[in-house]
Amino acid sequence: MPEGKEGSPTAMNRTAVERKSDRELVVTRTFNAPAHIVFEAWSKPELFQRWWVPKSAGLSLLSCDMDARSGGAYRLVFRHPTSGEPMAFFGTYREVTPHKRLVWTNEESDQGAVTTVTFQENAGKTLVTLHELYPTQAALEEALAGSAEGLPEQFAQLDELLAGRS
Amino acid sequence: MVQYGSANYDPSFAALSDATRRGVLEQLAHADASITELAKNFHMTLTGMKKHVGVLEQVGLVITEKVGRVRTCKLGMRRLEQEAAWIERYRHLWDTRFDALDKIVEHLKDKEKADARRKRR
Repeated sequence: MPEGKEGSPTAMNRTAVERKSDRELVVTRTFNAPAHIVFEAWSKPELFQRWWVPKSAGLSLLSCDMDARSGGAYRLVFRHPTSGEPMAFFGTYREVTPHKRLVWTNEESDQGAVTTVTFQENAGKTLVTLHELYPTQAALEEALAGSAEGLPEQFAQLDELLAGRS
Repeated sequence: MVQYGSANYDPSFAALSDATRRGVLEQLAHADASITELAKNFHMTLTGMKKHVGVLEQVGLVITEKVGRVRTCKLGMRRLEQEAAWIERYRHLWDTRFDALDKIVEHLKDKEKADARRKRR
């Protein structure tokens, strides 16, 4: 899947995903800015909410509370046009090391992942590595299958693919 | 952090409702195996394992091939494609997010440079 190796121009701005084990997913991408800037966009709610929810997902964000300190809580509330009830996503920051590392839990259910994000700066660019550890293989697969549900164009493609198979 | 609810995505999940069958898929993801080997690994009779493999074969998650007297099991295309499709959708979600993050990061960087220039004056 990864076409360009690190350092080549194609690797820049490319998002790579690896299923590291039955329970782990790893997402990487390099950003053209120093770590303290990238970290700021992850830890300040007014910035975070501007990129976390893809426009094509059709979700509206009702509120975004983030207390990005070790032990602090976060809570995001969304509304999806097809469901009347708002959905809340919440959890706790287990570790916040400025400009280096963020670890948070997801507590909507006992199947939530622990997410670790690291920021590695090199020559003015920052490699972001997001690591999700799920409690079970089934939880990971459920999350994978549901993660892009809000992106209709991708869903249509999957439907086509599966229809061709069965 | 954010999942958009659970989907009723695939009939083959019925085949995956069984722990042994999930285990078989997991093992086949690492290497092909004969029914005899699978039966041994899962402490099961040959007949029992044949049944499980049969269910997985029916929904295209596993294919089997008989060479001589040995029936070898491997992951079916459907399983591989399904997983690849899941991963690709997930990658697309992050790619979309990160494109937006890219813009914000660029903006913050410009702002920082402008602030630094202002201070030097």
